[in-house]
Amino acid sequence: MSVMRGRGIASANYPTGMNLGGDPTQALVFCQPTGTFSVKLASTDLGQGLKTVIGQIAAEALGVPLESVVVDTGDTDSAPHDMGTFASRATHRAGNAVIMAATEAKKVLLEVAAEEMEAAPEDLEVRDGQVSVKGTPQRTMSVFDIALAAHFKQGRTISGRGIYLKPKSAIDPETGACDPDSTEAHVTTVADVEVDTETGEVTVLRLASAYEVGRQVNPQMVQGQITGGAVMGMAHTLMESVFPYYPALDHHPGNFGEYVIPTAVDLPELHHVVLEYPSSNGPYGVKGVGEMTANSPIPAIVNAIHDAVGVFVTELPVTPEKVLRALRAKEQL
Amino acid sequence: MKQLGIVGQSVKRSDGIGHVTGQTEYVDDVFYPGMLWLKMVRSPVSRGRIRRVDTSRAERLPGVTAVVTAKDVPNNWYTILCLIGIEPNDEPVLADEEVMYEGEPICAVVAETEDIAREAASLVKLEIDEQEPVLDVEYALTADAPAIKKWGNNTFMYDGMNHRRLRFGDVDRGFEEADHIVEGTYQMTPIEHVPMETHVCVVKPEPNGRLTIHSNTQALYFTMDNTAIILKVPSNRLRLVGGTVGGGFGGKVDVITEPVTSIAAMKTGRPVKWRWTREEEFRRSSVRGACKMEYRDGVMKDGRIVARKVRSIHDAGAYHRHSPYGVQKNMANLPGPYSIPNVWVDCYCVYTNRQPSSAMRGFAVTEATFAVEVQMDKIASVIGMDPWEIRMVNAYRNGHMRPVRKVVEDATLLETLKAAAQLVGHELPARVRDMHSDDYAGVAEPVQP
Repeated sequence: MSVMRGRGIASANYPTGMNLGGDPTQALVFCQPTGTFSVKLASTDLGQGLKTVIGQIAAEALGVPLESVVVDTGDTDSAPHDMGTFASRATHRAGNAVIMAATEAKKVLLEVAAEEMEAAPEDLEVRDGQVSVKGTPQRTMSVFDIALAAHFKQGRTISGRGIYLKPKSAIDPETGACDPDSTEAHVTTVADVEVDTETGEVTVLRLASAYEVGRQVNPQMVQGQITGGAVMGMAHTLMESVFPYYPALDHHPGNFGEYVIPTAVDLPELHHVVLEYPSSNGPYGVKGVGEMTANSPIPAIVNAIHDAVGVFVTELPVTPEKVLRALRAKEQL
Repeated sequence: MKQLGIVGQSVKRSDGIGHVTGQTEYVDDVFYPGMLWLKMVRSPVSRGRIRRVDTSRAERLPGVTAVVTAKDVPNNWYTILCLIGIEPNDEPVLADEEVMYEGEPICAVVAETEDIAREAASLVKLEIDEQEPVLDVEYALTADAPAIKKWGNNTFMYDGMNHRRLRFGDVDRGFEEADHIVEGTYQMTPIEHVPMETHVCVVKPEPNGRLTIHSNTQALYFTMDNTAIILKVPSNRLRLVGGTVGGGFGGKVDVITEPVTSIAAMKTGRPVKWRWTREEEFRRSSVRGACKMEYRDGVMKDGRIVARKVRSIHDAGAYHRHSPYGVQKNMANLPGPYSIPNVWVDCYCVYTNRQPSSAMRGFAVTEATFAVEVQMDKIASVIGMDPWEIRMVNAYRNGHMRPVRKVVEDATLLETLKAAAQLVGHELPARVRDMHSDDYAGVAEPVQP
């Protein structure tokens, strides 16, 4: 018996958003009487933290504290249209729509403030929930008081509408020419593995990745995507299949005893760095990081197995059985 | 890059405490007095003609309030792609004449408790004339295979063609110039999304005649509009409530629970819940489709790839779902993030009598990345080049033209390669060490349209 070590790499690009049939998302923003801003979206949060990053983007665009932004998702009676949360599109599309809506709302906020403060709107700025005259920071008024004035004195609605649309791009049937994305994020992953040549078992020791995802709105949640995706990719490579003997229907799993996914004991060492090269069309330069993190670990692990034992196992999942068969075929050459 | 205020900060997530303490409300937490439960009766065979569906014993079971069959579905087409012009419709909401995969929904039973619904489902008697299933995509593409689609073959038709294609440059000339030809075949088998929360839907008929649909769909409006088309009601009759989902990964964009649950609620006039078991999630929900990709690359001694020809076959399973779209995404990404002057890609969306596949995280791009990146190492091993170097020599740069004829404007592949090398302490070959995405030194000039 021998345990062989190997290292493999893989690089990848990943498209943000889709284009099929056009890809829009809308947002509405309105100010409540005491300065709380409500963001209305029909985008769903799948656990990735969309509500939080949308709150951050709205707070940034409005110039108010995060605590005074309430993000409401998930009711078609009260929120305008959204295509859905998929295609690594939600932060890009909804973020852009929210910036547009917040910008419109902020314009009214400054107009109301200008009247109250007897200043020109263009001379005002909002920061941390305070409107002040540029260059004269002692002349300030809180968003709280401006909102009250708008509601009960001036009769104005501090609100805004936003939409981001990626227009439809039809595919040329002869050449395939099309515009398939809004921007592209990138990654390189390095996998270190051990292969037991007697049992065929593969152990992933380490996954180290360098990501480039445009601007990060919330680095810790980007890290969450990278960590979760690395493990999902590893499981895709080594463990998971609903048809292990595809195309045969045998051994179709129906529970977690038959379809094994990784648990904490299976986790490799995980490292990553994130580079930020802002995109031209994302909100504050965002690119989508949602889907891509499960991708590069797959070929990186397959390549590391090749580096360790000299065989490319090119059918997923790379089970011990397939590794042993590949090693046997190599010996017989 | 300009420093911002709250954007760029790792603020604590607004819903984190709720998630980790079990206080977040998911669809399965929705409960109404008088709520009924739904269970689905499914095909036991992979392909067959339905002769008879006998629900009489199920209906006589005490506690059963309704049975929903194909006749109860106002527009018995599963319409998800018709809204974006992809036709023809091919999947019934509930099967009436034929079944195309094991597990296909045939009829639903609705009862006072989940246990009664489960028992009633087992009492429905199905008479199905079984037919030989088509399970293998290569067989499905042959003339010998029975056509399982009404349009007479087993592939999705794109603009009258049985595949999507990329044509860029002249691959034959590229192969002639090449010093080496490197081939590889890459196969993904289907996997499941495995969200923590299975599919759940609760529909409540409101006194004003509307339906409130609690759903864990990833796409509320998409689900509302498709449900309205299937129910043949204006969408103003429906209100979709959701927005908090216990894991999606592409598995919850199929509008698969809302129409039938809504019909059951309309038929009984009472709230109805349908929640899937883990077994249904594994065996009946859409999966990531199998995909076979065959690569043939022409490569120069210095590592430059001068021609790439790919044939890709995507196993859609029994019905479209989102597969015709995924295949297009596959097509756009099969060349990889590399500057290759001559590219030829043919992508087939093939139907088989299998559990339908649909969207999953990285939809058809994960597949392409797996194939491209193992192929890159194969090339490196054939020509005896460092795996880092082969990627850096071929990496696309800003200004390059991709085979879909879009100019690259945000390339950073080289930057991630250099950062990854630094992260693991790998010394890059001198030839490529200083390459960057705005520089063409040592590589092909930007390819112009």
